[in-house]
Amino acid sequence: MTSSSFPSPISASAGSPALAAGLPVAEAGAGGVAVSLPGAGASQDTEAGHHDGAGHGGEEGHGDFRLFGLATFLVADGMTFAGFFAAYLTFRAVNPLAEGGNYELELVLPTLNTILLLLSSVTFHRAAKAIHQDRTQACRNWLLVTAALGFTFLGGQMVEYFSLPFGLTDNLFASTFYAITGFHGLHVTLGGLMILIIWWQSRQGGRVNRANLFPLEATELYWHFVDGIWVLLYGILYLL
Amino acid sequence: MTATLSPPTTTPEPQAPLQPQGWLRYFSFSVDHKVIGLQYLVCGFIFYFIGGALAGMIRTELLTPLSDFMPRETYNEVLTLHGTVMIFLWIVPVVNGAFGNYLIPFYVGARDMAFPRLNAVAFWLIPPAGLLLISSYFIGSASQSGWTAYPPLSLTTPATGQVIWILSVLLLGGSSIFGGINFIATILKLRRPGLKMLQLPMFCWALLGTSILVVLSTPVLAGTLVLLSFDIIAHTGFFNPALGGNAVVYQHLFWFYSHPAVYIMVLPAFGLVSEILPVHARKPLFGYITMVYSILAIVVLGLVVWAHHMFTSGTPPWMRLFFTIATSLIAVPTGIKFFNWLATLWGGKIALNTAMLFSCGFIFNFVFGGITGVALAQVPFDIHVHDTYFVVAHFHYIVYGGTVFVIFGSVYHWYPKFTGRMANESLGRLHFLLTFIGFNLCFAPQHWLGLNGMPRRVAEYDPQFTFINQVSSVGALLMAISTLPFLINMVYSAFAGEQAGDNPWRALTPEWLTSSPPPVENWKGPAPLVTHPYGYGAAPESQAVGASSP
Repeated sequence: MTSSSFPSPISASAGSPALAAGLPVAEAGAGGVAVSLPGAGASQDTEAGHHDGAGHGGEEGHGDFRLFGLATFLVADGMTFAGFFAAYLTFRAVNPLAEGGNYELELVLPTLNTILLLLSSVTFHRAAKAIHQDRTQACRNWLLVTAALGFTFLGGQMVEYFSLPFGLTDNLFASTFYAITGFHGLHVTLGGLMILIIWWQSRQGGRVNRANLFPLEATELYWHFVDGIWVLLYGILYLL
Repeated sequence: MTATLSPPTTTPEPQAPLQPQGWLRYFSFSVDHKVIGLQYLVCGFIFYFIGGALAGMIRTELLTPLSDFMPRETYNEVLTLHGTVMIFLWIVPVVNGAFGNYLIPFYVGARDMAFPRLNAVAFWLIPPAGLLLISSYFIGSASQSGWTAYPPLSLTTPATGQVIWILSVLLLGGSSIFGGINFIATILKLRRPGLKMLQLPMFCWALLGTSILVVLSTPVLAGTLVLLSFDIIAHTGFFNPALGGNAVVYQHLFWFYSHPAVYIMVLPAFGLVSEILPVHARKPLFGYITMVYSILAIVVLGLVVWAHHMFTSGTPPWMRLFFTIATSLIAVPTGIKFFNWLATLWGGKIALNTAMLFSCGFIFNFVFGGITGVALAQVPFDIHVHDTYFVVAHFHYIVYGGTVFVIFGSVYHWYPKFTGRMANESLGRLHFLLTFIGFNLCFAPQHWLGLNGMPRRVAEYDPQFTFINQVSSVGALLMAISTLPFLINMVYSAFAGEQAGDNPWRALTPEWLTSSPPPVENWKGPAPLVTHPYGYGAAPESQAVGASSP
């Protein structure tokens, strides 16, 4: 193990094996090497351990820039959606659909889903507020409610998918619809898993507590981002 | 093992050996920005030689008007691989990843990048992506649709190679985005206390601008390529006109990334040359503030000029007008930078060493490519020469004559920092001479070919173009030969070069204010505060550059 005497990031990451993405970095030696997956914002927290963490030669203090890094990533992520939306709007403006196709969708279920997702942003906010007031149990309850809302949303998406009269390759609208909502659903899935992970980590003696709020804050930022994207998506795909 | 895994609350281990030591660390998942920088550099050069060999095959084929050196399909594969390797595996990783990683933490007074482990991930995505791309040639067929992968061509050529190409470019795009996030966070958030933005060396501004472009535009390409892969694998019809799709939308989305990609390739080169010129001309960088604003202007304008690649794609008149004007406007900040470099040299105490020669070669070539670029922005002219060798000549003047010249200049300039030894000047000058002559001999005649109607991407051509093509191929041969003195120099000097000392150029930027090669955390003591990185040849109180209060 002598070749693996790596600096402090390893020690800072030791508590988060759950987030290890499992890239083949065996020579790093530690099971807890957290590697940032796209979308897995919470795992970035360990990166900055190199600077905020102990044992870094008394570096001059920098503010916590981990959320900044995540926000930059979310800008990039948002640009992916922007590209999809631009493609969709252009298709819609210039590409007539073949016979039988149209751009109209049933609104009831997606509207309920929108409400669920917006509620989940509120409940996540309550969770963050609770842990700031050191009410850990309340925080954990709110996290569970948030995750439940997120997964209910995904269930609603499933129901909608199976009730739609068109399949992925039926026409241009169908393809675009499934690509965009599917990509968003992937984000919700990852977010839901992240919430469950921080729910587990905020247990008594876990690594998420008032002294280490970053995993929770990062997940919250990501979750609000995913909700915001959904609101845009709902407006563009369903209402427009 | 137990020590490294202990929770952060325990007393930290003494700082002793932080990295695997010796040459082995260059093959490890090191998080040291200097190791990662050199990993990027050497890995990039390996791909450069592969891409160069592919270019050699292209020039060999074009020695004669007939397709007699290789089958046409193979020619298409070689062409595609050449473009993809050179852009995604050589220029973008080297000019951003290699020099950015090595220099930026020094320039902001930090001991490493903001997210060191993300940094290592970003690098280690590159070798597998490159191997994946090249392997596609050997497991059937590489992509044949050019580096642009325009549908419907990319939907009708063999699917295996195209899908592997997409996968590889997605990995490289991910690497690029991770790198961009890291650079932005490092430059904005990790500056040494007391160091103001307008005191940073110009390379920081260049890389900040580049990284903003990376973060904003690369995800769009990634999303587009995912849709393209759906078209190939799942037979959706996003970009397939036969299924009601729209191929022009692909072009818009593709160029929304790939035009900024030009600036992603050339802005860091602007920054690097702005570091090299003041040192070897012993003069402050002229017009620091205008340089900063020019970079920011290029970033903004660079995002709204993409459709000038599509003047022949049925773009409506208003779009042509808008994109012509926006593209022409970019000439203004670029011209400002060009004159700033000339003014930096003007009246300087110029040391005409290899780094300076390559930088001057860059200025010469780049102004040539810049002028043809403005010409190409004009719709009537562009329609005439679209998809001809004029365009090939133009962008090689930018990416090779511009960026690759700067990469070579930078390698010579920072070689003493990397290795602690001086590179051999005679071999270096020979390298420059061969490269400069070979490059211009290869690409200048292609302007003529294009103006006279020789189309690009085709293995056969009208026999009237034979002689000029042969001249061009001789130039390519000279360029190939020019890598020999370079390689000999790099290897020989690493072992037997003259000892360089810490600061052989008497430079003022922070990377020279430490030992060569630098220790693991960059400085033995605290990071120096360098507020006048270009204060050459002037009394300290009158040092103009960046000193004016921001």
